[in-house]
Order: sequence, then structure tokens, then C-alpha cells
Amino acid sequence: MSSTTLEPRTERPGAVRPPKKRRPPILPWTLLVPSLVVLGILVGYPIVRLFVMSFQEYERAQLMGQPAEWVGFDNYVQVLTDVDGFWTVLLRSFLFMVVCVALTMVLGTLIALLMMRLGNGFRLLVSVGLLLAWAMPALAATIVWGWIFDTQYGVINNLLTTITGDNWMGHSWLLNPLQFFLIATIIIVWGAIPFVAFTMYAGLTQIPGEVLEAAQLDGAGPVQRFRLIMIPYVRSIITVLIVLSIIWDLRVFTQIYALQGVGGDREKTNTIGVYIYQMGMAQGHYGLAGAISVIFVFIMLGISFYYVRQTVREEEL
Amino acid sequence: MSTISTTPRASVRHASAAVKTAPRKSRDTQRKKAANVVFAILAIIVFVASVFPVYWMINTSFLPSNLIRGTDLKFFPTPDVFTLSNYESAITDDSRAPFVPAMGNSLAVTFFTLVIAMILGFLASLAVTRFRFKGRRAFIIAVLVVQMIPGEAMMISIFRIIDGWQMLNTIIGLGIVYVSGVLPFTIWTLRGFVNGVPAELEEAAMIDGCSRGRAFWKITFPLLAPGLVATGVFAFIQAWNEFVMALIIMSRPESMTLPVWLRTYQQATQATNWGALMAGAVLIAIPVVIFFLIVQGRMTGGLVSGAVKG
Repeated sequence: MSSTTLEPRTERPGAVRPPKKRRPPILPWTLLVPSLVVLGILVGYPIVRLFVMSFQEYERAQLMGQPAEWVGFDNYVQVLTDVDGFWTVLLRSFLFMVVCVALTMVLGTLIALLMMRLGNGFRLLVSVGLLLAWAMPALAATIVWGWIFDTQYGVINNLLTTITGDNWMGHSWLLNPLQFFLIATIIIVWGAIPFVAFTMYAGLTQIPGEVLEAAQLDGAGPVQRFRLIMIPYVRSIITVLIVLSIIWDLRVFTQIYALQGVGGDREKTNTIGVYIYQMGMAQGHYGLAGAISVIFVFIMLGISFYYVRQTVREEEL
Repeated sequence: MSTISTTPRASVRHASAAVKTAPRKSRDTQRKKAANVVFAILAIIVFVASVFPVYWMINTSFLPSNLIRGTDLKFFPTPDVFTLSNYESAITDDSRAPFVPAMGNSLAVTFFTLVIAMILGFLASLAVTRFRFKGRRAFIIAVLVVQMIPGEAMMISIFRIIDGWQMLNTIIGLGIVYVSGVLPFTIWTLRGFVNGVPAELEEAAMIDGCSRGRAFWKITFPLLAPGLVATGVFAFIQAWNEFVMALIIMSRPESMTLPVWLRTYQQATQATNWGALMAGAVLIAIPVVIFFLIVQGRMTGGLVSGAVKG
């Protein structure tokens, strides 16, 4: 696992400078201690606590000081057999995440490609637009979108009424779960595209121009150039973006929670993050919420395993 | 680049290609012009789609409520209807939760998070990049993995820790939670930047007689400035925008942060005051937008080289 100072494997030329003398590793640990303390107390301990709690009967009474009883895997059994609750929420979260990630990646990449082709003026215009969308705090953005889709006075209902001639005034978007998620998708994709577009653009601009030019002279069309040259060049960036998007979209909380506050049916629109919050903080079933959290953490680790392994390998840590 | 071969057949082909290019060139430029128009239109569409919610928020925030709640859309706050009353209401109406303390809380907790997370993250990133020691690899993997764990999962435990320390509704209490939240990312990103500055530069300075610390301070630190800025921006935005932990830790009206304060508009049973709500959203977004505009160029480059290339 851990490499020591003089291990020959780390002595690759250029990668690691050869240490002149062997120092006892006091200095590095001194530098690490503050971070270790903070992370240990506020990340490490809660994870352990969460794990323990998931095997206990932990309700409001236990929070007030009653001793928590060990119940083995009871919480897990209860969660995993709850088809209408846990499994529905999990499936819903996954579907929602897949749609959001796919849309974000495709649109973000297209915008990045567009930025490559634009002149300076129009590129600046697009950049400013993306930047403003990116800078909007998630909660503020959700509330603004909620206002745009407002039942009574929303601009969308107003425009739809004008355009289609049908009466959309009074149409409540958030009440219907499908339309609720349509709006949630818009909010999340809108907010996530800038990061993907900028990062992809930054990656694409690092491809040497001669390579693309050569491909063009050899008769490669735009699609071929994209598929055969650009994608391999930015493959690692794409991987990171997809993994990060999956993680962010799967654990989305603020947008869903705030939209529910504007007027959604909580039961039918919960995603996993909000579900954990509902179970734990709102309803006081801390043991159950703990079990769900542990399952969720394992799902997350499963998804990011490939990325972590890849990173560790590439970096030769 | 195409290779030029010396065989006669190839040169013939080249010659014929050269003959053909003359008429094709004008067609190409024509097609290029058409393409440029299409791209320009697409650019405008992207711009409008990105900006519309922001524009609509600002527009609404300057309109009087009878126009906000009217059947006709008002697309621009013309001088005859322009009003600042929504901002006045957002800032001075203390019936739900006061704005000024919320602003102060947000500034304080963001500043706290930024400073502490940057210092701790910087020290830790030095440890893992400039030294080889047992446990280094395990620490880096842990930092990477911790970022995958959703905060919601730990919410309950964190709440109880802060409660146990009697630090609910305090800046420090929330600040510590935020530091632990952004620290893994900070360490990870700064690690990439420090790696990008060759240690040989420091060594050269040390050979010239600098101490290790001085060499670092004089040579490496200035080169790290863009990385520190990029990472700091991220920490700033995280802390400024965070909502969930603030919701459970800062529940008292006078200790709310701005996002939590903004949410109180929609908990009341009465109809939402959209004008004041939009004004509040503008007030929250402004610092972030300013920050973004100042550092945007460095940021994406930083994100690519820091988070992606590592």
C-alpha cells in the first residue's frame, strides 16, 4: 500500500526527486495533523457513528437519551424490503440521474465544440451566459425557475397560452410528478452545463492544432475528427466529468427539496438524498435513515471505484 | 501534415488537386460564411437559454407587485414602473427572518471556511506532494474517497456532534462543518497545483543558499497563486451557497445564513411575495457573480489542471 522514501519503484526518473538524505517523517505528519483532526472528527467519526446507528433501534427517544438497542440487520431488512419506499426512490433517483447526466454531457460537449468554432466576440457572449448560469446559487436558481413555472403568474404559462392559444394559466407544473422532474431536470442541467462546457472546452483547446489539421487533410470529416481524435485526447476529462456528474446528480438535494417546498408531492418526488433527510431529520427514524445512508454510500463507492482506481493508477501514487 | 512523396504519380495527383482548388475555394468560403451564421445563431440561443432565468429574476425584482401579479408580462422594468420597493422589503422586513444578520452570518461563515480550509488544505497538499512517507498513499486515497460520500448521509451525526459541543446556531459550529466539507476537494486540487511546480526549482534555490522554507516561500509559493485562487473560489462558492447543513444547524431566525433566509419566504402560509423573493435571490447571487467574473479565466484552467490532470 504505502510507499516509503527509498522504495525503488518510486524512483522513476523525473517523477520523484531523489531525496538526499533520509528524514524521519515528522514534518509531513505535522503538516497533515490539522487536516486529519478536522476530517477525523467531522467526517470519520460521523461515518462510524452512522454505521453503528444503522444496527440500532434509534428513534427520537434514543436521541433524548434512552439507550439504543442493538437490532442486528433489522433496519437493513426493513429498508430493503420496502419496495414502495426505498426501491422506488432509488429507481427514481437513478432514472433522474441518467437523464440529467446524459443531457448535461451531450449539451455541454456540443457547446464546447461550438465555442471552438466561434469568433472571439460570440465566444465571449456564450462564456458570459454560461458564467452567469454557473454562478447562480442552486437554491436561488431553483426558486427563480419555480417562479418562471409558477401556476398563476409564471412566464411559461403565460407564453404557452399566447403561443398555443390554449389556456395554460393556472396549470400547476409541480403537482404532476413527471412534470416536476421535467422542471428539476431543466434546473439541474441548466446549472451543470457550464462546468462541463468550460472544462471540455479547456480540454479540447489543448489538442494540438496540427493534429486536427492533419486529420482534415487526410479527409476526416468533423464527426470522424471528433470521434477519432478529440475524444481520445480528452478521454480522462470525460471520465471525470461523467463520474462527478453521476455523483452530484444522484445525491441532489437542494433543488428537489426547494421545489417540493414550492409545491410538489413529497411522496412521489423524493430522491434518495431528500428521502434520507425525511426519514432521519424530519421523521426521526435515525436507525433506518442510517441504514439507507450506508447502502447509499456503498452505491456511491461502487460507482466511483473505477474512477478512484484509474486515478490512483495514472498518478502512480 | 500530409507527406509529400516524390513519385511522379503522386505529384501528378497533387497538380490536379491544385487546379481544382480555385473554383472550390469560393464555394468553400461561401459555405464557411453560412456555417458562421449558423454558429452565431446557436451561440445566441445558448446565451439566451443560459441568461434568461437570471434576467427574469432581475426583471421581476424591479417590478411593482401589481405588475408581477398581472396577466400581462412585463419584459423590462421601464422607468415609469421601476421600483426598489422589493429590495426595501427584502432587506428591512424582519417578520420572517432579518436580512442583515443573515448577510453577516453568510459573510462570516464563508470567510472562516475560506481561510481555514485554504490553510489546512495547503499544508496537507504540501505534505503529500513534497514528501514520501508511509501512509501518504492511504491518505490521498482517503481524501479522494471521502468526496464520494454524500453529506446527507452524515447529516444526523454531524448535527449531533455540533449539538454536543453546544455550537448550534454559531458561526464557528457551521464553519467547522463547512471546512470538513470543502477540505478534501481543497487538498486534492492543491495537490495537483503543487505537483505542477517542479521541486527542482526549490532545490536550485536551496543550492544557492536558501533555506528550505525560504526557497519554498520565494519560489514555489508565487507560482501557486493561480491554483490557490481557483481553489479558493470553489471553497467560497461552496460555503456561500450551502443550504442543507445551514438549514439544520442555523435554525434560529437571527443566526440563519442567506440561503436559509431565502427559504423562509416560502414557508409562510400566505402567498409568496415573488418580488421580494427575487430581490433576495439577486442579493445572494451578486457576490458570487462578481467573484466569478473576476477569476473566471483562471478558474477553468485551474479546474482542468487541478482536478482533472491531477
